[in-house]
Amino acid sequence: MDKERLVVIGNGMAGVRAIEELLKINPDRYAITIIGDEPHGNYNRILLSPVLAGEASFDEIILNTPQWYAENGIELIAGTAATGILRRQRQVELADGRKIPYDRLIIATGSKPFILPVPGADLDGVIGFRDIADVEAMIEAAAKYRNAVVIGGGLLGLEAANGLMKNGMDVTVVHLMDTLMERQLDKTAGAMLRASLEERGMNFLMPAQTSQLIGGDDGRVRALRTSDGREIPADLVVMAAGIVPNIELAKKAGIHCQRGIVVNDWMMTYDARIYALGECVQHRGVCYGLVAPLYEQARVLANHLGGRGWMTYEGSVTSTKLKVTGIDLFSAGDFLGRPGAEEIVMKDEKGGVYKKLVVRNDRLEGAVLYGDTVDGSWYFQLIREGTDISEMRARLLLGQSHLGDSGHGENMAEAMPDTAEVCGCNGVTKGDIVRAITEKGLFTLEDVRAHTKASASCGSCTGLVEQILASTLGGDYSPAPSEKPLCGCTDYTHDQVRGAIRENGLKSIPDVMHFLEWRNPDGCATCRPALNYYLLCAWPGEYEDARASRFVNERLHGNIQKDGTYSVVPRMWGGLTNPKELRAIADVAEKYDIPEMKVTGGQRIDLFGVKKEDLPAVWADLNAAGMVSGHAYGKALRTVKTCAGSNWCRMGTQDSTGLGVKLEKMSWGSWMPHKFKFGVSGCPRNCAEATIKDFGVVCVESGYELHVGGNGGIKVRVTDLLTRVATEDEVLEWAAAFIQLYREQARYGERTAPWIERTGLARVKEQLEDEATRKALRERFLFSQQFAQKDPWHELSEKEDAFFKPVAELV
Amino acid sequence: MNDTAGIMTQEWVEVAKVADIPPLMARVVKTKQGDIGLFHAGDGNFYALDNRCPHKGGPLSEGIVHDCRVTCPLHNWVIDLKTGEATGADEGQARTFEVKVENGAIFLKL
Ligand code: SRM
Ligand SMILES: Cc1cc2nc3c(=O)[nH]c(=O)nc-3n(C[C@H](O)[C@H](O)[C@H](O)COP(=O)(O)OP(=O)(O)OC[C@H]3O[C@@H](n4cnc5c(N)ncnc54)[C@H](O)[C@@H]3O)c2cc1C
Ligand code: SF4
Ligand code: FES
Repeated sequence: MDKERLVVIGNGMAGVRAIEELLKINPDRYAITIIGDEPHGNYNRILLSPVLAGEASFDEIILNTPQWYAENGIELIAGTAATGILRRQRQVELADGRKIPYDRLIIATGSKPFILPVPGADLDGVIGFRDIADVEAMIEAAAKYRNAVVIGGGLLGLEAANGLMKNGMDVTVVHLMDTLMERQLDKTAGAMLRASLEERGMNFLMPAQTSQLIGGDDGRVRALRTSDGREIPADLVVMAAGIVPNIELAKKAGIHCQRGIVVNDWMMTYDARIYALGECVQHRGVCYGLVAPLYEQARVLANHLGGRGWMTYEGSVTSTKLKVTGIDLFSAGDFLGRPGAEEIVMKDEKGGVYKKLVVRNDRLEGAVLYGDTVDGSWYFQLIREGTDISEMRARLLLGQSHLGDSGHGENMAEAMPDTAEVCGCNGVTKGDIVRAITEKGLFTLEDVRAHTKASASCGSCTGLVEQILASTLGGDYSPAPSEKPLCGCTDYTHDQVRGAIRENGLKSIPDVMHFLEWRNPDGCATCRPALNYYLLCAWPGEYEDARASRFVNERLHGNIQKDGTYSVVPRMWGGLTNPKELRAIADVAEKYDIPEMKVTGGQRIDLFGVKKEDLPAVWADLNAAGMVSGHAYGKALRTVKTCAGSNWCRMGTQDSTGLGVKLEKMSWGSWMPHKFKFGVSGCPRNCAEATIKDFGVVCVESGYELHVGGNGGIKVRVTDLLTRVATEDEVLEWAAAFIQLYREQARYGERTAPWIERTGLARVKEQLEDEATRKALRERFLFSQQFAQKDPWHELSEKEDAFFKPVAELV
Repeated sequence: MNDTAGIMTQEWVEVAKVADIPPLMARVVKTKQGDIGLFHAGDGNFYALDNRCPHKGGPLSEGIVHDCRVTCPLHNWVIDLKTGEATGADEGQARTFEVKVENGAIFLKL
């Protein structure tokens, strides 16, 4: 059967991205042709600014080489414009007279610079700032002439002006408004920006309206005149006063257009065979002029062309960053503030820092940052997630690092030298990352992980890597959408997958993969453990654990060590032990030649260096003394740390040790999205460090304070206060309900701290404070515990002894 | 397919029964040449590799098997079971061994 013919008009960022996305999900469905009037492969248009400024070369910004087109069987017609779309014949007409037939067509013609309709606009030396040819013309002019004028004080205009200045020209920016970048900045930030650009030697004429461009005898522009009669010399005029969606072709073919080509939520135009995306489209009344929204559109379009047909594009919130080296500026969302919005502002003119956050109904709606943009991607995420910020309002302006996490991540990516180590696990420096981003054309966190390994291990430097991406790519970088696909095997998000499991009664990993059309047969090491957990959580007692989908630690119930041996940590309830247990542990250590023992940070004893073959026997001996697995290896309940409490301590107010034991007896064995730890302290001196645990109890005279969402680790986070209760029973009830809420709502791999930061403490509280909801959650938890509280050591050492031995020994 | 350098005579040795290794699992065969991981891949076939990850020697047999690949348990390199090569942006190769299945028994060429 012949393949369907898919033709793309426009070999630019949006069109080619759509094809890349399509190839990922359905590489064989279409015979693809891409038509582009520029004589190159697709390049990274947003990096034209650094190219102009001499900070990058043309070669470095190529995204798709001729080999890429060839390897993917794509016919590229470069350097030839499409001149017509014959919809009845389903053909695209080219400037050289050829006609290219299509079954489906994508229009991705981008936009054009808006050329002011003033006398002289057609003189030599008057150009836009859109493509490689424009940049070449600017560099050439800079070598011969002195005076440049840029019309337009927006993002594009300022980047052009900065680049021309770097090329040695005297530059004046003529701007209609009295604020620079008025679409991205408020007046204060605009004024600060102007001052720092003036300091660098840029001149401004604003507010000023251009009325005429005056030419010399040679037909080249010579000067610019404003409507109030001012005249300034100009050997080069760059029009950067806006962009106009490039819709002529579509209009001529009778496709419905307003300001842009009108598309629906799956990027389809008025003609069902014709799709459009990128700067040329108008979606729900909006035309976008930044890359991030176009990439979202590309995913949706590919989803439909690839035959899946479930994604919709619902518009984007955009963020902007000015790519002028040395100037930190960020804006996102609705920063002018709708009715009912409040502003939180910080202004330090001398220090060159200005921050404004716009809040409405306890949600962040917009942000403008000048001088210190470290928290830009965090604010952007809060905006898009619609996180309830009421609980962190007082600290919001201070940034993410003041939410209780310290260490890693609060560095300023831009201020870091290239030699600074970003990823401590894999020894990756900032320079390595920047190089990979620019040389390999990387756009996403996943790309950077794959190529550099930065943030691929413990993940603590993720925020920093995102900042480096943002500062290297400018506004183009869209921080990993929080609603990102579970892994490369699917386009569905964690939450969508969970929803599908519950709603459609899916009961096994193959069922889920089949139902949701997984891309790779039997998935990968990322999705399989996640699916296993979601199934287990959804169908307690019914779902049979898929051992092959467990990470080795959970499959063998011990932590794998670097030499392939394992560690064994028996449970010590609430940190209590006794001579019998200690004797049994000592005997085991001697009998199996265990090289090292140590007291862990979690108040129990670790046996290190146990050989895989010995595990079942070690466990059986420990079982015989009444001990069970401590799950020190699992995404599960780990330790319950306690202090001496009222039994012994002169300060103790309640029996913290006994309560710890009860909490541990209730919740051991439970599988969770990530590890989970309790701490119970007998008084506010807090010797059990309860306020950096997932669930911490601090005993007081009147009862118990319950704290949640803390952890130690790389980013220390102190807990938030959940509530105060009077009795032990209430502690147990709230704890069970909290665990179950976390089990049901957090994404796999998400510990309580990031989960609470993402959903907002208010939301967690609201659900737990409702008594009926709380009791129902507890019931569900206790129900699932009936099936979970089986000691895996006992089970395995009884029935699967053989599995721990080599299948054959030929020595 | 592969030559086991230095060993002139290679022969087929029975090492396991098919039933010993459930789908998407792996077991270890101890040999004079070191440990070999024997994998039951997603395509239903069995593959054998040196049980040492080309990265830092991680025991590949303990990784998660998906399709015809295994993800190393130590630092998540993904190794192709057919060629022993690291996939993606990583570089390195684990030695592979020929495998055949006859009457429910698995043989390695050693
Ligand atoms: C054995 C132990 C160190 C010790 O000898 O004291 C330990 C050992 C490991 N910890 Fe830990 N942690 C140990 C107590 C802690 C504590 C202290 C505590 O529990 O009060 C913390 C800080 C509290 C916390 O969890 O927030 C701690 C925070 C971490 C973290 C960071 C967690 C985070 O959310 O950021 C990791 C990394 C991870 O899980 O991703 C980690 C990971 C690890 C791993 C599992 C690394 C790995 O993936 O292989 C280590 C396994 C060693 C092994 O092979 O056995 N370990 N780890 C402690 C075992 C406690 C126990 O009895 O179960
Ligand atoms: C200097 C500069 C800096 C920028 N900086 C940023 C930034 O920091 N962050 C950000 O998010 N965005 C930035 N942008 C905007 C970003 O580049 C655009 O949003 C993006 O390139 C739009 O993609 P597109 O595919 O819609 O259009 P384009 O990338 O322009 O692609 C359209 C292609 O179609 C071709 N074409 C048009 N008509 C025809 C025809 N009839 N036949 C054949 N081919 C045709 C065009 O020649 C062009 O190659 C910047 C843009 C410029 C110019
Ligand atoms: S701090 Fe924890 S993870 Fe790091 S080396 Fe020590 S035990 Fe291992
Ligand atoms: S040893 Fe296998 S990935 Fe590091």
